[in-house]
Amino acid sequence: MRLRAEVTIDAPPAAVWALVGDPRGQLRFWSGLTRYEPVGRRLTGVGARYRVLMRLGSADVGGLIELVEWQPRAELAWTSVSGVDMRGRFRLRGRDDDRRTHVELRLAYGIAGAGLTGWLAEQAAAPTVRHYLRGTLTELARQVEHEQARAEAETRRARLRARRVS
Amino acid sequence: MIGPLRHLRSQADAAPDLDERDPDFIRERLPGLWLLSSVYFRGDVRGLGNIPDTGPVLLVGNHSGGRTTPDTTVLVSAFSTYFGVERPLFALTRTAPLSWPPPGWLRRFGIVAPTPGAADVALRAGASVLTYPGGDREGQRPSWEAGRIDLGKDTTWVETALRHNVPVAPVVATGGQETALFLGRLGRGSGVSVSLALPWVINVGELAGHVPLPAKLTIEVLHPIDLRERYGADPNPAEVRDDIAAQMQRTLTQMQRARRLPVLG
Repeated sequence: MRLRAEVTIDAPPAAVWALVGDPRGQLRFWSGLTRYEPVGRRLTGVGARYRVLMRLGSADVGGLIELVEWQPRAELAWTSVSGVDMRGRFRLRGRDDDRRTHVELRLAYGIAGAGLTGWLAEQAAAPTVRHYLRGTLTELARQVEHEQARAEAETRRARLRARRVS
Repeated sequence: MIGPLRHLRSQADAAPDLDERDPDFIRERLPGLWLLSSVYFRGDVRGLGNIPDTGPVLLVGNHSGGRTTPDTTVLVSAFSTYFGVERPLFALTRTAPLSWPPPGWLRRFGIVAPTPGAADVALRAGASVLTYPGGDREGQRPSWEAGRIDLGKDTTWVETALRHNVPVAPVVATGGQETALFLGRLGRGSGVSVSLALPWVINVGELAGHVPLPAKLTIEVLHPIDLRERYGADPNPAEVRDDIAAQMQRTLTQMQRARRLPVLG
């Protein structure tokens, strides 16, 4: 099953990447995740591994994933090492001279060799997973734009303070 | 008929061969089990995060749902999706020799008969073990006693946990007793249960299990207990059993209170 969701965020790719590329921040914006923990010493970059679980139906489903693509401000892709077969990708593209960012989140999952029941389970889980992907991007946009607004306000205040002093 | 049954029983009584558990087999059937657990039983398994990420644990559950053991199916599949099929879990259950589906299938899932020493072999190998001390007696108790924990008088599981120094994680399940209308036993002291169940209507003895009604199953894994830390260096097994049973009873009572309607949950 392949699912995707997209959103355009009023912030530059660097600001979006600050959250997307931070392994400690994933639980802040991912919808449906119950666990996202680094496994091993490497925390970021290609080869970093995490134990990821998502609440689906009766239980938490997931496994061990490994980052296979790491291009700051552009691409973050992972694939599963154990557990449910899964591939995922965040694709970030700057718009309007990088004042905005188009974010695409893709997720493909299944279990090889599971046959008809595997197909049925993929279909049954799809509405929930699609809901999670949309919720994730909505929350990502909310947090990044909030942070962006806070940073801009801080800059304005600093400018005002500098004017008063001069 | 007696010959094949005897053969099955002798197979079940043998020491478990841990190699019969097949992680690839389980993995390929997880979607089907997940569908059964999530869609048919609308299962809700909570507290798996309480179990340590590594090392053997003795999971001690209350048994419900007769020999069809829907609670075992839901818990074993949830354990496998949570920790991965690579982490071995062996479930000791009396359903292995006689109930549908065929025994070989069950053994590949890691379900083994509760023979003396079965838990020892598994725990020694670093696997986790799920046991139902109440066995058939608890699993086939009348449906109107669904809110009662009955782990029995046996303390073998406590002694096993102490011998291997492994934590005990109590597992409390509810809903299984609503998969049929269990009426109790034929006469006092008899091992023959009677229930109104599909497809048999009147099901005596449950030799071939039953088709469970889609009752909502809720399972809660409580915090693992280090027996020596809680009860001292040389605890009395009977006191440990009673204390853990009382803890499970409190949880089950709360879970039963949260249920509004039979079957629907």
